[in-house]
Amino acid sequence: MTDTHVTSGSGLAGVPLALTPLNRKDVVSDAEVRWCPGCGDYAVLATFQGVLPELGIARENTVIVSGIGCSSRFPYYVDTYGVHSIHGRAPAVATGLAMTRPDLAVFVVTGDGDALSIGGNHLIHALRRNLNITILLFNNRIYGLTKGQFSPTSEQGKVTKSSPMGTLAVPFNPLSLAIGAEATFVARAIDSDRAGLSEVLTAAAKHRGASFVEIYQNCPIFNDGAYEAVKGKAAGDSIIRLVHGEPVTFAGGTRGVLRDGSTGELIIVDVEEVGLDSLLVHDAHREDPSLAFALSRLTDAGELRRAPIGIFRDVERPAYDDLARQQIETAGRPEDPDAALQALLRGAETWTVL
Amino acid sequence: MTEVRTLDHVVIRFAGDSGDGMQLTGDRFTSETANFGNDIATLPNFPAEIRAPAGTLPGVSSFQLHFADRDISTPGDKPEVLVAMNPAALKVNLPDLRLGGMVIVDTADFTERNLSRIGYESNPLTDGSLDAYQVVALDLTALAVAAVKGFGLGRKDASRTKNMFALGLLTWLYGRPVEGTEQFLSRRFASRPEIRDSNLAAFRAGHAYGETTETFAARYEVPPAPMPAGEYRQINGNIATAYGLMVAARKAGMPLFLGSYPITPASDILHELSKHKGQGVMTFQAEDEIAGVAAALGASYGGHLGVTTTSGPGLALKMEAIGLGVMTELPLVVVDVQRAGPSTGLPTKTEQADLLQAVYGRNGESPVVVLAPRSPGDCFTTAVEAARIAVTYRTPVIVLSDGYVANGSEPWHVPDIASIPPIEAGFATETNAQSASGEARHHPYLRDPETKARAWALPGTPGLEHRIGGLEKSDSGMISYDPENHDRMVALRRAKIDGVVRDIPDVQVDDPSGEAKVLLLGWGSTYGPVRAAAAAIRAQGHAVARAHLRHLNPFPANLGEVLRGYDRVLVPEMNLGQLATMLRARYLVDVQSYSRVRGLPISSSELAADVITMIQELSA
Repeated sequence: MTDTHVTSGSGLAGVPLALTPLNRKDVVSDAEVRWCPGCGDYAVLATFQGVLPELGIARENTVIVSGIGCSSRFPYYVDTYGVHSIHGRAPAVATGLAMTRPDLAVFVVTGDGDALSIGGNHLIHALRRNLNITILLFNNRIYGLTKGQFSPTSEQGKVTKSSPMGTLAVPFNPLSLAIGAEATFVARAIDSDRAGLSEVLTAAAKHRGASFVEIYQNCPIFNDGAYEAVKGKAAGDSIIRLVHGEPVTFAGGTRGVLRDGSTGELIIVDVEEVGLDSLLVHDAHREDPSLAFALSRLTDAGELRRAPIGIFRDVERPAYDDLARQQIETAGRPEDPDAALQALLRGAETWTVL
Repeated sequence: MTEVRTLDHVVIRFAGDSGDGMQLTGDRFTSETANFGNDIATLPNFPAEIRAPAGTLPGVSSFQLHFADRDISTPGDKPEVLVAMNPAALKVNLPDLRLGGMVIVDTADFTERNLSRIGYESNPLTDGSLDAYQVVALDLTALAVAAVKGFGLGRKDASRTKNMFALGLLTWLYGRPVEGTEQFLSRRFASRPEIRDSNLAAFRAGHAYGETTETFAARYEVPPAPMPAGEYRQINGNIATAYGLMVAARKAGMPLFLGSYPITPASDILHELSKHKGQGVMTFQAEDEIAGVAAALGASYGGHLGVTTTSGPGLALKMEAIGLGVMTELPLVVVDVQRAGPSTGLPTKTEQADLLQAVYGRNGESPVVVLAPRSPGDCFTTAVEAARIAVTYRTPVIVLSDGYVANGSEPWHVPDIASIPPIEAGFATETNAQSASGEARHHPYLRDPETKARAWALPGTPGLEHRIGGLEKSDSGMISYDPENHDRMVALRRAKIDGVVRDIPDVQVDDPSGEAKVLLLGWGSTYGPVRAAAAAIRAQGHAVARAHLRHLNPFPANLGEVLRGYDRVLVPEMNLGQLATMLRARYLVDVQSYSRVRGLPISSSELAADVITMIQELSA
């Protein structure tokens, strides 16, 4: 805990470095992985286990906190410290840990039901406070562990065991929600896109403050093919890769995103028709969240045919846990804390009985 | 010169509108009285509404103080002196006043309209309905306004100093010192000189009024009470709880982390701890009750002393996370300042009806330690003990305070921190097991053979990486669905909590004659009323035994034997017999329940009378 090898800057500042470089097998635990064959979680785990050693931080200073659900079994499979907590409460558990232990890199692993339904309150407040934690939300748009009920990200009208005539409500767009909750780092990746996921996870871990990463994750048992449009052959035409400082284009550069000057809405256009120069240039560091929000709305709410991928928003704001520790520092530790505590117990008005 | 009469005790009740500053007035009179050396016990009683409509019956707020020249344990059942600042305060509180008692009443608001609004058909000051009392009717408001004329306050602000005028008058009447209140007012209003000076002027004018007018036939004196030598202060239960937690954290070498959500009557603990960042205390006002306890558990996991504070409905919300604390075996202190329920109930009134919730209210076999403080000062000792057990045994501990001890105050012998033994967390730093392939591993659920406390390694400890969680697991921390393992783990968790009994003193019975057939068994805040009742019963020539429980789970080792030693065991509690139910189930003793759920402490005189009837029936 007292190691002086500390990374500088970023979300990992204060976390001791590994004394000897780690590799993937160092962060694979003894536990047998028990997700269903073909589950997207395998790919995310493998990518995470590849990214973690690259961060350079000490294994023992890494903690993964999860809630309940398929994805929340994640901590058991990574050989770091880990807490498999209760349904929806992982951000709250992580809050107490991150506030008290600046020497730890704290990851929260959660799912669409865990984070957006039972734990919605904790998620939005963790984002609003900008706690220095990294949240990985595995979104499979279904309840897997309870065997196939609709989730808060299931498309309206979805037929499941608990909605035989179709669901009634529109789904959450997790990125819109996060941006609305004042999140400072908001990104999306796809389970099977190792390179894209690695890049986003690395940036998320290095962001100081709350990083929110939605991972499109396929559930082959209860919601297979939910992301087929952004994974299969047509992916090139449906994924809009966001690159900071670049015009927003997709479909091999033939299509692009234009901002309507009068309404602020984003419109999909043929690049040939409007010209590359008139397209929206992505600025993830823009303080105002309107554009990031507008980009998040390019995702289909129903059956998924099109989605932006990458870092939507990455801005700086003081982290809550840093501020909390700063207040303790500002208050100033008394020269003799025991004497000060004794004086506190004594109070302003005492009397002596002889 | 006014005659001075010596009394052995006085019970005063200050009552007024909730905006009249009665709590402050009572609090100051209490401080002066405590400083003077009397033993004291107080009962603040106020509505949940911050400012109920002025002048109405539901808007009445009161503060009762019992002070004496001897050791006392309750704020008194019936006041002998009532200070009523408006007609509603008189109407609400008069029925409690002892016949022949004194009523000091502010006549300013006794207009026909105000009186009829609260159901008085005629003016009680003049229609003879107060003939059974000594009435001192004064226009306190006008007197206060006249006293502060020179300070440039508006009529409304000027009239608000009437509480300080009344305080000055009472201070004179009972020969209390004035310096404490003068210093207090100077401190409290340091940044607003006109408010400071006018309050001081009103206070002094009230004192001078008593001295110069001949309104009162006599002054009264209550000599100091003999107390063990040492340094004393006045303290209420919530502050004592906060201090106990701070001292425990220091003794454990674990910084204090409080995760909490505001709720009456527990919020003052959050307020107090939020002030002490210089002592390393970190407070987190969470988004809800659940986040408060979950964050506390997260802080405990990181090696801080995780604490959450709440009241009944909040405890219900925290139960799942407390269960996680049971399963992961992490230290956690949960302070439940009980209030009258169910549901929102009576938020500002006291009750003890969360006992079964605390002991049994979680899913699965989920044992925790449950303690209850007996008095305001005892909240300090209980908080330290709760933290000690939580850390030593790696378990959640629930402290059942209540509105009565939390808001009530008493003289407190200031403890010497150096005399409190350290709390040993004993964090694991070395591996304690091997993997199947022979590699060194940390198995988090290997236990200390004596205490059954698990091996606890903090994140950041190299080589001891491991996972814990809410699923059943084997000693290694790995998920286990093995039936035999679950059976063993359930039994182990229970045995660990049962084993805390080794650190619990035997219950002591107070039975001076040794001839008592009836035992009164109190727990938590019934300590005072039960003790006062026992004294009253004995004073009337009857034998009665008395015992008190601080430990509700596990019970002290000798409790069953004590219960079986009496013909009749009576358990007074502010619920419908929750402790009685637990005792009957556990010891098969025919314990009798004595229930009162009025939102107020049990009346010791009523209890004494009922017990005497019981004793007489038994001997007949």
